[in-house]
Amino acid sequence: MINALSMPCAVVTAVGVGALIAALRRDGYRVIGPTLRDQAIVVDTIRTLDDLPRGWTDHQEVAGYRLQRRDDAALFGYALGPQGWKRLLHPPVQPLWQMADAAGEPAASPPETERLAFLGVRACELRAIAIQDRVFLGGAARDPHYAARRAGLFVIAVNCGTAGGNCFCVSMASGPRVESGFDLVLTELLDEATPRYLVECGSDNGAKFLATLPKRAAEETDLAAARAISEATRASMRRAMPAGDHAALLRANPTHPRWDEVARRCLTCGNCTAVCPTCFCTAISDQSDITGRNMARERRWDSCFTSEFSFIHGGSVRSSGRSRYRQWLTHKLSTWVDQFGSSGCVGCGRCITWCPVGIDLTEEVRAIAANPTAEESRDDNA
Amino acid sequence: MTRQRPRLAVWKFASCDGCQLSLLDCEDELLAVAGAVEIAYFPEATRGTVRGIYDVSLVEGSITTPHDAARILDVRRRSRQLITIGACATAGGIQALRNLADVREYTAIVYARPDYIQTLATSTPIAEHVSVDFELRGCPINKRQLLEVLAALLAHRRPVTPAHSVCMECKARGNVCVMVAQGTPCLGPVTHAGCGAICPAYARGCYGCFGPMEMPNAPSLSEHLAALGMDRATLARFWRGFNAHAAPFREEAHCHDD
Repeated sequence: MINALSMPCAVVTAVGVGALIAALRRDGYRVIGPTLRDQAIVVDTIRTLDDLPRGWTDHQEVAGYRLQRRDDAALFGYALGPQGWKRLLHPPVQPLWQMADAAGEPAASPPETERLAFLGVRACELRAIAIQDRVFLGGAARDPHYAARRAGLFVIAVNCGTAGGNCFCVSMASGPRVESGFDLVLTELLDEATPRYLVECGSDNGAKFLATLPKRAAEETDLAAARAISEATRASMRRAMPAGDHAALLRANPTHPRWDEVARRCLTCGNCTAVCPTCFCTAISDQSDITGRNMARERRWDSCFTSEFSFIHGGSVRSSGRSRYRQWLTHKLSTWVDQFGSSGCVGCGRCITWCPVGIDLTEEVRAIAANPTAEESRDDNA
Repeated sequence: MTRQRPRLAVWKFASCDGCQLSLLDCEDELLAVAGAVEIAYFPEATRGTVRGIYDVSLVEGSITTPHDAARILDVRRRSRQLITIGACATAGGIQALRNLADVREYTAIVYARPDYIQTLATSTPIAEHVSVDFELRGCPINKRQLLEVLAALLAHRRPVTPAHSVCMECKARGNVCVMVAQGTPCLGPVTHAGCGAICPAYARGCYGCFGPMEMPNAPSLSEHLAALGMDRATLARFWRGFNAHAAPFREEAHCHDD
């Protein structure tokens, strides 16, 4: 829980949010936050308050997303954008080194020096960032590029005021209320004519910025209203991951017939892994130019849904959609726990919204859990 | 350098020339290409020809005439490595729509004297006639990928031309999915990457220019599009574009014929 006693909190208006954006920019941060583009609320560079999606929301269903008008002036009145913050901390293409002369030495690509401020990070996304921290920084091999971006990061979280159609963070115990991992957290209060924002601090740096904003002291009614919003969001969440030990369930069911059923629908297109805020797999490619004198190595997002991903001598280890979907879901919910000590799923529901054919992982788990001792389909690896 | 430059030939079969023009379109790198390989036969770019054996042949176009069916055998004999470029060469191209119709009817409509026209009933990819060492997809091909294939060839390494879906490029580019967010039918989830997801970046669905990806699940996409309201005739046409003759698309389209 946020310790409201030791850390300052206050109430600001939209003007205060604008002042926060300006203050961060003056301090050298590039502010990244929600904005309208391509009929969606995406995250991109924010320059002023006017860049935020005031009065817009998103309607999400299985394989469906529609931008919609709200009847108020909410700045954060949407659930979750198509892609989260992953692409900023763990970009789709990461140069690793270049070599300008074939006989020379490779020059490592320098880590990023630009400091980012994320505006509007949700509880599930903060959990996802914590999980990627564990992946990229928690082991013996630390990723210097991720580390550099992460070290300079300023996080302004937002407590969700609405549950999206595919959200299931409550059942993954990762939301909707932000608990930790932020510099500031906003709760948008819409019970008066104009929106106001309860701002709570999670770090000294956050407190430093809060001190500069036009604000008034938070009263008990503001704190109660903020808590009520989180409760209402929690109560309105329709989707849920079925309760139970998913790690054990999937470990015990590698040959369940449901894998064949989901493979019939799965396009193996990789959209789920791209939008997943915790999926981190990459492919390394070495390239030489036409002269043969200039070389480069880069790291690109990869996906366990491609054949190249599991290609070893003799071919691809996972040659079917069945084995690839099983690998993804089993890693996400089961072997992730063995590897990193937590589930790899944060309940954001992006993989459900953005799967072109609407595969819902909570339904897949439910189907396997409903009949865990179903007759085995095929006892092979493919 | 004492090493002799590999001799490159560019051959044209039934095609629009767009793919071989991609080579000339490599403006900034063209001199480097000309320095790295000896462009020995390239009628589109130069009148000079060198007879004999070529180290690398880039073959554009499909086989649509008896003459070309014989000529490709000669090209193969004269090529150490034969690389096909573009949807015509790798899948028969848009002209493979003739495979579904009576070509005599077409020639009767198009030509004043159809009896002068010697043509085959089908348009087929080069690989149905001779062995092919590498296929570069696209309608047209991506010039960056063409350079990559040539650079890889010179360095004796595998070209980096991933066979996964267009979706992977689309998401990497940061596009918002047009099918999910706008209900626009899109072939991206079954189409071979390489274009950089151009069409979705401009709010259009993918047309499948790069042909089937590795392991496409065409029936599932059809089922979803039908659920969204696409009728059978539209579905059949949806699969019949520049890569209509590529087996996964051809077979899926056929499922929606009356």
